[in-house]
Amino acid sequence: MSVAPKRENYDVVVIGAGPAGLAAAATSAKAGLSTLLLDENIGPGGQVFRAIASTPVTERNQLGADYWVGADLVQSLRASNAEVIHRATVWSLDRNLDIAVSIGGASAFVKAKRVILATGALERPFPIPGWTLPGVMTAGAAQTMLKSSALVPDGRTVIAGQGPLLWLLAAQILRLGGRIDRILDTTQRGNYFAALPHAFAFLTSPYFAKGLSMMREVRAKVQVVSGVTELAASGDGQLASVSYVAGGKRETIAADLLLLHQGVVPNVNLAMSAGIEHRWDDLQLCWSPVLDASGNSSVAGIAIAGDGAGIGGASAAVVRGRIAARAAVEALAPASAAKLPAMATLRSDLAKAERGRLFLDTLFRPAPQFRIPSGDTIVCRCEEVTAKDVLDSVAIGATGPNQLKAYRRTGMGPCQGRLCGLTVTELMAGARGKTPQEIGYYRLRAPVKPITLAELAAVPKSEADVKAVVRG
Amino acid sequence: MSTNVDAIVIGGGIHGCSTTLHLCLAGLKPVLIEKDYAGRHASGVNAGGVRQLARHIPEIPLSIRSMDIWEKITDLVDDDCSFESYGQVLVAENEEELALCRARVAELNALGFTHEELIDAAELRRLVPAVAETCPGGVVSRRDGAANPAQTTTAFRRKAEQLGATVREGVAAGSIRHRDGLWHVDAGSESFAAPVLVNAAGAWAGRIAAHLGEPVPVETVAPMLMITSRVPHFIDPVVILRGRKLSFKQFKNGTVLIGGGHLATPYQDRNETVLDWKSLATSAQTVFELFPVMRSANIVRAWAGIEAKMKDDIPVFGPSSRHKGLYHQFGFSLHGFQLGPGAGAVMAELIVNGGTQTRIGELGIDRFHPSTL
Repeated sequence: MSVAPKRENYDVVVIGAGPAGLAAAATSAKAGLSTLLLDENIGPGGQVFRAIASTPVTERNQLGADYWVGADLVQSLRASNAEVIHRATVWSLDRNLDIAVSIGGASAFVKAKRVILATGALERPFPIPGWTLPGVMTAGAAQTMLKSSALVPDGRTVIAGQGPLLWLLAAQILRLGGRIDRILDTTQRGNYFAALPHAFAFLTSPYFAKGLSMMREVRAKVQVVSGVTELAASGDGQLASVSYVAGGKRETIAADLLLLHQGVVPNVNLAMSAGIEHRWDDLQLCWSPVLDASGNSSVAGIAIAGDGAGIGGASAAVVRGRIAARAAVEALAPASAAKLPAMATLRSDLAKAERGRLFLDTLFRPAPQFRIPSGDTIVCRCEEVTAKDVLDSVAIGATGPNQLKAYRRTGMGPCQGRLCGLTVTELMAGARGKTPQEIGYYRLRAPVKPITLAELAAVPKSEADVKAVVRG
Repeated sequence: MSTNVDAIVIGGGIHGCSTTLHLCLAGLKPVLIEKDYAGRHASGVNAGGVRQLARHIPEIPLSIRSMDIWEKITDLVDDDCSFESYGQVLVAENEEELALCRARVAELNALGFTHEELIDAAELRRLVPAVAETCPGGVVSRRDGAANPAQTTTAFRRKAEQLGATVREGVAAGSIRHRDGLWHVDAGSESFAAPVLVNAAGAWAGRIAAHLGEPVPVETVAPMLMITSRVPHFIDPVVILRGRKLSFKQFKNGTVLIGGGHLATPYQDRNETVLDWKSLATSAQTVFELFPVMRSANIVRAWAGIEAKMKDDIPVFGPSSRHKGLYHQFGFSLHGFQLGPGAGAVMAELIVNGGTQTRIGELGIDRFHPSTL
C-alpha cells in the first residue's frame, strides 16, 4: 500500500471505498484509466462492508451473507491497477477538481479529470431528550465496534428507532451473544398504510424475505414494543433509564446502553463544499445531490455514486458506482467503454436493486417528533444549543441555518453540521412556515474534516519543493 | 406604482445596514435592499478586526470616528456585537521592520494622530507573551479590538428595522433610474422611489457606479480566513505582522482565527469562492513558526468573503460627482468592517445636513471623476 499518491494527476479519483467506490474504482481501472481510490478507513468496505478484509468475526452467518458480498468487490478491485490509499482523509474538493487529502499526518494535493464521490451515508440525527448522555450512542457506532472488534453490549441494552439497519444490528448482536433487553420500534402506525401502495414491489424485492426472517429471528429473543412515542433518555451524567409511551401508557426502564437509529441520510459535506447543487428530498427527508442518470452532478467532472447520491442501499450503490465509472470511461477513453457492461444493462440492474426502496422509504419515514425536537432538547451538540435557543433566534431575526450561525454558532463546531444540520433546517422551516428547500442548509466549507495546523504548514508549496524534498 | 421613501440603500453589508440605521436615527424612512441577506458576504464573514492600527492616512479620521461608536456599540444597536477591546498589535519580526514602524508612528504623530504607539520587545512580550523571542518590538493601538462580524451586521440590520426601516432581503435591486428628481429602484415585484440613493453594494457596487456613469478602478477579491478548534487561552490582542501576510486573533471560546489577506478566487455571480490551499499553507507555516503553542491545533474551517478592492486601496465614500442625491459607500478594500458604524453616521450627516465634521475629503469618487455638479 502506498503512503502518498504516486502521481499528481489522475484520470479518475474515487473518494470512498464502500460498495460504490470499490465498484467504481475497479471498473475505471480495468478500462485502463489511471485511477486513485482514497478512503478514510484502515481497510476497504466503507460502513456496510466495514472491516471486510480484517474482521475477527469469521463465522459467516453471524454478519449475514450480504456482508460477505463485499469480499468479492475487494477481490475485483485488487485484481485491477487502481491505486488504493487507506487512512486517507479527503478534506477539500473544489470545482476545478483539485483534491486535498491527508495521509499519515501529511497533506497532498492531486488533480483529477473526473471525480467519483462515494462518500456514502450518515445516520440521521435522533434528537430526543437525553440523546447526548454518555451511554446513548447510535446503532451505527455499535455496529462499527461489532464488525471491527467483535464487541457487543453486555449491560442492560435498549435499542430504539426504526429501519432495516436497526433490525440487522439487533440480529448481529444476538448472534454474537450480546444482550438486548428491549427494542422500541418508533415506526409511525400511519406509515404502514402510506407504504401499502408500494408493497408489491417490496414483496418481490430481495429485501422482503431477508427482512422478514431477520425480524422473526430478533422477535423470538427480545421483547419488541411497537408504536413507541415520546422517547426520552435520562440519567445524572450517565444514562440510567429510558422512558417512552406505547399504547397510551408511559413506561420507564433502567438501561446502561441506549442504541438509537432512525435511518441513514446522504453524507453531503464534501459534495456541498465543492459547490454541488442539492435538493431537499421530501420522502427521504434529507438533502440529495441533483444528478443526471449517470450520476453527474452540477459541477462538471464530479459524479456521485452510492448512498451519497440518495439512499439506495448497498446493492444499488455497487451498480451506481459502475454507472458513474462507465460514464467516466465513455468521456475519457471511449474506445475502452466497449469492454464494459452496456449502460442499458447497468440501468436495468439498478432498477432491480432499487426495487422496494419506495416501500422502505415510506414505511421508515421518521415521525416529526423524532426529527424536530422542542424545549431543552439539544440540537447542536458541539455548541450545546437547544431547540428553544434555535426558535428564540428565529424570533429575533435568524432566517436560515447560515444566519443562525451568527446567533448560536450552530454548525460551526467540529462536526460541521453533520449532527445538527437536518434538525436545524426542519426546525427553522417549521418555525418560519417555509419548506426545508426554501430554508436551505449550512454553506459547508473545507476542510470537511479537521486537519492540524502543523499538517497544513507541512504542505509542499510547489512541485519544485516536492522534488527538492524527494532528492534530499 | 412606486412606494415613496426618504432614501434607498442598496446593499445589506455593515455599511448599508449602518447607514440605514443612522438615517432612521435622523428621522428618515429608508428602505434597504439586499440581494441575499444582511451580512451574507464580506461583512458577515470577515475577520472582525476593529482596527485603527496601520490604516491609510486618508481614512484615519473616519476610523477614529467609528472607534468612538464601537466603544458604545450596545447603546446603538442593543447588542454587544461581541466587541472586545484588547488592542491590536503590529509585530516587527526584525530591526528593519521596527525601523519602518518607528517612521510610521513619527509620521502619524506629526499629523496629530496618537493612536499608534511604538513598543519595544519587553512591551511586545507583555502584550503577546506567546510571540517568538526574536521579535524586537512593534506598534500597538490600544483602543482597538475585535467583534463578531455576522452578529454585528445582523444587529445593525435588526435595529434599523426596529426604528422603521423597510428591509428587503433576497431580492436584487434592479432597474436603477433617476426620473423627476427621484431615484427609482425595483426590488422583486416592488418598486421604491426616493430623493436619495446610497450605493453600498460591496463587490457589486462598482457595477452600479459604472451603470450610473461613474466607473472606478475596482476589482472583486475574496480574502481567505481559517479558524481552529479551541486551544487554551494564550493571547488577548489581535496580532498582525509588519512584514508577512498574517493576522491572528483568539476568541473567548478558545478558537483562533487566522487571516492576513491571502486571496481565494471569487465567482461573484455564483456567490462562490474557491480557496487557495497553498496560500493558506503559507499562513499556517507563519503561525507554526511564531506560535509553537498552535502547532497541534486543528483547522476546522476555511472560507473567503467576496468584496470590493480599489486600485488605491481606499474606499469610495461620499456624494456622487455626477448625480444629485446619489451617494457611494463601497470599495473598502479588505478593511471596511471597523469603519462601518462611523461611515453610516457620517453618511447620514452628508445626506441630512449636507456635510460632516469628519474629514473624508480624500475618499470621494471625485478623485476619479472631477465633479460636474
